[in-house]
Formats: sequence, structure tokens, C-alpha cells
Amino acid sequence: MIKVNEQFLQYDENTSLLNLRDAIKPNADIIIYNGFPVPIDQSVHDGDEIVFIKRGEIPSQEELETLMVSRHSPGVHERVKKSVVGIAGQGGLGSAVAIALARLGIGTLVLADFDIVEPSNLNRQQYFVHQIGQTKVQAIEENIRMINPYVHTEIHHIKLDEKNVPQVFKDVDILVEAFDRPEMKGMLVNSFFEHFPDRYMVCASGLAGYGDANLIQSQVFGERLYIVGDRHSAASPGQGLMSPRVGVVAHHQANKVLQIILGENQ
Amino acid sequence: MTLTINGEKKSFEKTSLNIRNLLELLDLPLDHIAVELNRSIIPKSQFAETPLADEDVIEIVRFVGGGKSSPSGQLII
Repeated sequence: MIKVNEQFLQYDENTSLLNLRDAIKPNADIIIYNGFPVPIDQSVHDGDEIVFIKRGEIPSQEELETLMVSRHSPGVHERVKKSVVGIAGQGGLGSAVAIALARLGIGTLVLADFDIVEPSNLNRQQYFVHQIGQTKVQAIEENIRMINPYVHTEIHHIKLDEKNVPQVFKDVDILVEAFDRPEMKGMLVNSFFEHFPDRYMVCASGLAGYGDANLIQSQVFGERLYIVGDRHSAASPGQGLMSPRVGVVAHHQANKVLQIILGENQ
Repeated sequence: MTLTINGEKKSFEKTSLNIRNLLELLDLPLDHIAVELNRSIIPKSQFAETPLADEDVIEIVRFVGGGKSSPSGQLII
């Protein structure tokens, strides 16, 4: 048995890499053999892992999903694909959560932010220099497309308030709070749970500076509100926002979303 | 009445309190917080209509800021 493009195959004793390529993906110009690109033909052996790639080719939805499923635990992909997750704010937290969830293969991401990409954002937010001046929601959608073109995205260039929150996030199963200002965090929790008391929220609080990343934890309130952070490091002069700690919190949030989807959040 | 607030028992002279009264007594900013009463989240619009009873268990989450210039935060709970 060998593994070709993440699928197990029976093979013939006399098979070579080039025979396999011609049978499976004749236009492939790159062959990865047990983790290394190989330039020459050779015979294959039991347990080999082979990947054929056509440089620059975008895989079909089915093909990409097969490749993704192969690296997830069994049963994860089906449930992840059915999920609708909202992210309120597309700054350091929101953009990193969006990318983690896109790589997971979440079915639909509902992304809201009123802001524009500025140079100072690039120290921690998941944007690129050429995106300066774009709206953050357009820029993150573009970046998600480059990672996984089959994630459905719904973007809202809007300043969220208690009136529009229920409308923008009406379809989400889980809402991730990724705001900067504490009164906005409070507004979002109160507005969302008022309309959707049976859904889940994953919030952040306390992520500034470069204090010990081990202090960042998640805590549950009630049964449906999670808060990730050290819970007291607010941004202030001398206590800036930097990529590593913001990233730790964002990925804690993304992991909590995955746990909730899989019903393993308790 | 006696309430457990963020894990600590606190006694209040008043015999009738709602969540809004309690937050005012504790001098907490209504905009930065979320309140959980007996394991349910109570939205802000219901603070004034939600009476508290002796022995209630309350968790108050106070958010701190992350982004641009936000006031320096205080330890929550």
C-alpha cells in the first residue's frame, strides 16, 4: 500500500514514480517523494508517500477537500464544513482567527469591520503591504481566497452597533469577538445574547504587551460565553500590541470555536 | 442579602436589588461588562428588570481593551 496525493493505493511491485505520475496526474511537474522533491525516476516501495503537483494549478474543491480531510482527525471536516462562524472586527485578533478558520475549512465566515488597512496594522494583523488603503474586510476576503477559495465568505463593511449586530450575525452558530475597545466588547456580548441566547460567543480580553504567553487562558461564563486572554493586560502607553501574544489569543479563540463545533467544549 | 460575586461572598444591607442597582453599588461601568447570573448570561437591557435573590451566584466580566488608544484596564473580577 502506498499513499498518493493523500489517498491510499495498492501498487504493483514494478511501478516507478513516472508510471504512477502518468496514470494519476500526467501533467504534474513536481514529484514529492516521502517529503522531498525528487528530480529523477525511481521505484516505489510499500509505505511510500507520494504527492504529484502541477505548479500553479488550483485544485478543484473536491480535490482540495480530500487533501484537507487527510490532515484533520476523522469526522472533523464534515462538521466544520457545515458551520457558520461570525467574526466581529478584523484587526489583529479577527484577521488571525479568520485565517485559522479558513485553513480549517469552515463552511461560511461572516466578517464585519469598518476599518481600512494602515501601515501600523502590519506589526500584528494578517495583511500585506500592497493592501494598505483597502478595507480590512475586502483585504481579508482576498487573503482567505488565496488560502482556501472554497470557504464561503460574507463581508460587511460596517461599524457594528447594538442595532445591526442581530442582522449581520443572524445566521452564525458561533460569534467571535475581536474588537479593540472594551465598550464594544460589552456591546457585542449584550446585543448578541439578547437576540440569540442559545448560541455561542468566544471573546478576548487582555492580550497586550509581551508578558508570559502561558498566562493566556480561556474561561467559560454560563454555558455559552468564553473569554480568552490574561484578562488584565489592556493596551496602553508602554504596553503595546504585538503579533505573538495577539496571535496566541486569536488561536486560542479559533481552537475554542473548533471545540464548540465538535461538541468538546465542556 | 448575601451574593456570591466572582467567587466571593458579599453582604448587602438592601433586601431588594436588581442587577443594575448592584452594578451601580459596585461602581462598575455598564458598557464594559457582561453579567452571568446563576449560569445564564443576562443582556444589559434586562439589568434593571432582573431582581437578585439571597444566595444568588453572579459573575461579572469586565473587558479590557486591545487596539488603539484605550484607557488602561483594571484587573477584572
